Order: sequence, then C-alpha cells, then structure tokens
Amino acid sequence: MITPAIVRRNTPHRYRMEAQKCAACGKVFFPPRLVCTCGSRKFKAYALPSEGKVITHTVIRTAPRGFGDEAPYCMGIVELKDGSRVLCQIADCEPHRLKVGLQVTIEFRKIQEAGESGVIAYGYKAVPER
Amino acid sequence: MAGIVGYGAYIPRYRIKVEEIAKVWGADAPSFKKGLMLREKSVPGPDQDVITISVEAARNAMKRAGVSGAKVGAIYVGSESHPYAVKPTGTAVAEVIGAVNDCHCADLSFACKAGSEGMFLAYGLVKSGEVEYAMGIGSDTSQGAPGDALEYSAAAGGAAFLMGLKNVVAEVECQYSFMSDTPDFWRREYMHYPRHGGRFTGDMAYFKHVRGGVEGILKKAKGKPRDFKYAVFHQPNGKFPMKMAKDLGFSDEQMKTGLLVPTLGNTYSGASPLGLSAILDEAKPGDRILMCSFGSGAGSDAFIFTCTRELPKVQGKAKKTRDYLDTNPFYLDYGTYVKFRRKIRKNVED
Ligand SMILES: [Zn+2]
Repeated sequence: MITPAIVRRNTPHRYRMEAQKCAACGKVFFPPRLVCTCGSRKFKAYALPSEGKVITHTVIRTAPRGFGDEAPYCMGIVELKDGSRVLCQIADCEPHRLKVGLQVTIEFRKIQEAGESGVIAYGYKAVPER
Repeated sequence: MAGIVGYGAYIPRYRIKVEEIAKVWGADAPSFKKGLMLREKSVPGPDQDVITISVEAARNAMKRAGVSGAKVGAIYVGSESHPYAVKPTGTAVAEVIGAVNDCHCADLSFACKAGSEGMFLAYGLVKSGEVEYAMGIGSDTSQGAPGDALEYSAAAGGAAFLMGLKNVVAEVECQYSFMSDTPDFWRREYMHYPRHGGRFTGDMAYFKHVRGGVEGILKKAKGKPRDFKYAVFHQPNGKFPMKMAKDLGFSDEQMKTGLLVPTLGNTYSGASPLGLSAILDEAKPGDRILMCSFGSGAGSDAFIFTCTRELPKVQGKAKKTRDYLDTNPFYLDYGTYVKFRRKIRKNVED
C-alpha cells in the first residue's frame, strides 16, 4: 500500500528522475543507493535525460491489485539518450504498437492511489512519440 | 520590462467526438456541432490529472526559458479540478522543475479564469522585484454531468507561463481586470459536477465580463482592436468567442490562431492560456496580442503582450501547442471515455 512516507521518500527520483553519480568512479545509479560498486559512499545528484527508446518490453494482462482497470498495459526497459536504462510503464500505447526501438519520451503521470481518500503517487512513464 | 520568458502547453492524446456523446443521449450531433462550433474534445488518460498536466506544461515553459528551476520564486496553479481538495498542486510542480525549497506556492480557483490569475500574480511579483522568476499555470480536467450540454465540451489541457525581467519573449504592455458577483456557474462542496444558470451564462456572464475586460484594457492602453495582430478570449465553445470578437470589432483573422476549442473543447482554466501559447508559437517580433480570460462567478483578466526579438529563439525549444492538438490523437468510444473519467460506479477493492 502506498503511504505518505513512501511518496515523500521517492520524490526526487520519481518526480524529476534524479539519479546518483558516484563521485569516485562516475557510475550512475537509478534509483539511488547507499554504496557504489566501487565502495564509495559519495554521490552527486544527476538528472536523467527524458528521451530514449524501448529495448525490451512486455504486456501485463493479469495486473497486480490496484492496477486491474489499466490492464492490458505495457511495461518496458527504456534506454535513455545517455545510455541509462530505466524500467517503467509505457503509457498511451496500444499493446500491438509496442516494439523494440520505439522512440519514447518520459512524462509525469499518476502511478497509483491509496484508495479513494488516500495519497496519490506520481512518477515517470514512457510514452511513444506522437 | 516584465513579461513572459518561457511558455509551454500540454494536451492529453485522447479525444472523443461530439457524435459519440450525442448518440448515447439521443441528442442531435449536427446541431450541437453547428451551434457550439465544436467537433471533438480532449480527454485525460486514466493516469492524467491537473498535477500531471501542469507539470508537463511547466517543463515545456522551463525548456523555452532555459533558466534553472532554483530561480523560480513563485508558482501559482489555477484550476477547478485540482486532484486534492486539500493539498496543493503547485508543490508537485515545484518539486519536478527543481524550484524547491525557496519558493512561494499557492493554488488558485475562480472557475475558468484561475489560470490568468496565476499569470497576473506572477507578473506582478517579478515586476515589483520581489522574485526573479514566477510561474502562472492554468490547467483543468473538468467534467460535465453525463447528458448535460457541458459534457460535449468539458476537456483537459493546460499552459504555463514563466514571468521574468531578462530575455523576455513577450512583454506585458498592459493589464486590466473586470469582475462582479454573478452566480452563472458553480459547484458546491462534495458535488461531482458543476451546475449552471442555462441561458443566464451568456449575456449576463460571459459577454458582459469579456466585453468589460476588453473595453477596459483598450481604454487603459488607449488602443483599438485593429492595433493587434492576434486576439484570444476564453473559449467555452466556438460560438461565444467568435460572437464576442465580432461585437467588439475583432476579425476572424485576428482570432483564428488562438481559437483551439473546435477540436480541443473547453479546457476551463487552460482555455485562453492555451490559446495564447498557440499564438506565441507562431507570432513574430513586434506582434501585439490581446488576451482576455473569463471565469464564472464572474470576472475577466485582460493582458496586452508585445512579442520581442527573443521569441523566435525559444519557439522551437519545446513541443508546440498545435502539435499536441493535431498529431495522431486516439479516439475513444463513450464506454471507454466514462471508464477513463470514472463515471462508472464500481465495487471498491478490499
Ligand atoms: Zn563508484
């Protein structure tokens, strides 16, 4: 269940795709982590680009609880212009149009709601170029 | 001189045609289309609301302005469909564009003129020197009650304007507001859909207040309708702004660029701001634009803008309003539309 604490904690990376760049070796992590593979704990905030292409994809037909109204919906790994890869939903996309190499941009969308009266979680989704 | 340094629009990709709504309610589509000058309207996707639309419009405005989000000292989002009844929309916009934490933020409402109110406040703050940059956004995903005339027009979209003093793309030459307490359209607390005063919404509300705004600003600026290359008025349908233009002495030529409503529908707080954004996409240095919003309740905010030599440099830096409106829309049937708009009563998942 989505909670106010989860929404707040995820705000930098979910809202503005803020990744972390290791100050020692330059490796980029998204979502953020505490320690780099090189052992360094020093990171700088780094904003991911918002354009990319789909490199692999699937269609979710049996959705987890809370997402049933959206099924069938598309998920994929998107390679962004700087080479970073993110896993996200591909919105505004009919399943038959999904293909490797599909050009997408990242848009800000509603991800989930904690029922009719709870908090609303927002984040990034990829959408095909119009 | 203070003015717009960056502007941006966002319109969802889904549409529904007037025929599709009319056939469900036994209404006569051709007479609706002719009477209201309305062919189709935009519909937000199931994962879109005023927060997501405001964010995308704001991002486009920031792309054009090319300034750091940290310099934005105030953000005002005007809407009548804020996702939360209590909890602001503007804070989410501020997080996304990086304006946190040094920023003043407030949500506004005044039916369809809430967007131009944000522009008015943002302009006043940068002009006074209180903040370096300030953003005004008008955005809505309003709903009409099923079967009501408003269901044919209530649409989704928004536009954002970053105001500042440096590298201004359109200077604010003059501003004027006109209002009275007029109950032409309202929504009471806890009600899903708004109500309106039927024919009362025309002469006593829209036409009186848009006329008041336009005549007031022309008097203040000592100008005439022919002084402007473009004009844009609030557009709840196609008929109202075109009749208003004719009565006030503006030509079809002046109105056509900013008139998006025939294929967009009424985006409420986003309506005249989106029209202005479409004009800015095309305007040239030296062109003058007259904008007049309208909000039920009732009032209007009028602005006169003069485009500068900076404008052509930013026009191509973000997606244009007409590209959002005209490129590859997805058409919905009425069933999918009511599902998207959550008009179907379901059992709550436990
Ligand atoms: Zn490292």
